[in-house]
Amino acid sequence: MELGQATETARFAETALPHLDAAYNLARWLTRDPGDAADVVQEAMLRALKFFGGFRGGNGKSWLLAIVRNTAFDWMKANRPAEIARFVPGGTGEDEHDIENIAFEGDDPEAALIRAGDRRQLDGLIEALPLEFRECLVLRELEELSYKEIAAVIGVPIGTVMSRLARARQLMQRGWLKEETR
Amino acid sequence: MMREIDHLEVRNLLHAALDGELDTLDMMRFEAHLSDCTECTAEYARLSALSAAIRERVPRYAAPAELRDALLQSLMPREAEPPKVVPFPASRLQRWLRPAAGGFTLGAALAASLAVMIATRNVENAVTDSVVTAHIRALQPGHLTDVQISDQHQVKPWFDGKIDFAPPVKELSDQGFNLVGGRLDYIQGREAAVIVYRRKLHMIDLFVTRSDHAGSGAEPAPAPRTTPSGYNVEHWTDGGLDYWAVSDLNRNELADFAKAWQGR
Repeated sequence: MELGQATETARFAETALPHLDAAYNLARWLTRDPGDAADVVQEAMLRALKFFGGFRGGNGKSWLLAIVRNTAFDWMKANRPAEIARFVPGGTGEDEHDIENIAFEGDDPEAALIRAGDRRQLDGLIEALPLEFRECLVLRELEELSYKEIAAVIGVPIGTVMSRLARARQLMQRGWLKEETR
Repeated sequence: MMREIDHLEVRNLLHAALDGELDTLDMMRFEAHLSDCTECTAEYARLSALSAAIRERVPRYAAPAELRDALLQSLMPREAEPPKVVPFPASRLQRWLRPAAGGFTLGAALAASLAVMIATRNVENAVTDSVVTAHIRALQPGHLTDVQISDQHQVKPWFDGKIDFAPPVKELSDQGFNLVGGRLDYIQGREAAVIVYRRKLHMIDLFVTRSDHAGSGAEPAPAPRTTPSGYNVEHWTDGGLDYWAVSDLNRNELADFAKAWQGR
């Protein structure tokens, strides 16, 4: 019995640990804080181990990132309710007016630009994106997931992934071009 | 009017094209449109530049060592512990080899029975499993490299006298693969030199062992493999030595590594 459990844990370690950096990176960009990200990842790994029996093989990275993502959202609901309140779960970002209003609230891109050099500027712009756009962009550009994988992680249709990604890039570009033409 | 519809449709395809998500037919239509629409061409160039800038300059944060250690400790607390009985003063190398020596007997017995019972291909799979396991074991703290030097002229002599063959050590940093160091390991009961490289945040272990089919010269490498755990493995044989490159690096980049190595 104990041996079986040890084997299961070893199998879990082999599935999950290769994606530990990806898990941390996602948590880090969602929470925007290194300490909070570590907490989220630790909690997510516990959940993942618990749910591992239900993992039927296949894409271990998407599976783990979905758990990290949900853990991060739960964590923010508990610790930063204001931030999560602005989040639109099924929203595609098609309502231009809404985006204009929430896009850089609390962290103005101008401020991010002034605060920062070139790399810091891009970091700041990503951090200023609303959650639903930020997670798409990070999963695509930094974790190099396909649309299908991103859809699986976030739990929305592929079409929604496409429009959120387009919006995320549009918002990024706006801040970025501002800097270039300065 | 028709042109207008095409144009609007293509604007929506820009991102999918950039992300490699278009099928061949749509990609052809997309390229045809770009060739006579300066507006879309310019927008596509801007999006590509933004995407490239993000990938190049924005950090992909790596898990802190303390977090990794804490998780490893809770998941496999005893895996890394060496046996207690040590007749000689234990050097770092001996500590390393001792658990592997236990695996040696088991590995040899397993290999012997496998050789009788099943085809070469399955033996190859067993070797693949074995190098992946060794790679994962090595990712545990303190086990990655026994010699931590990024200069090929120092890594190469380090192997002298420790194994009975001379693994070539190559400098590939100009192709984005930085030499980190080396260590010794056992793969299926066989001594292996491991040369460790790093690509961005990904570690690559290159296992080198004496080949079974020594003298038969270079052989075409089998197709690259992805293990269920998500590691990629590239295998090739050259000059009487077997090579396995193992990493969580994506398939294409690991294939580039194998090519870069063999190209020199």
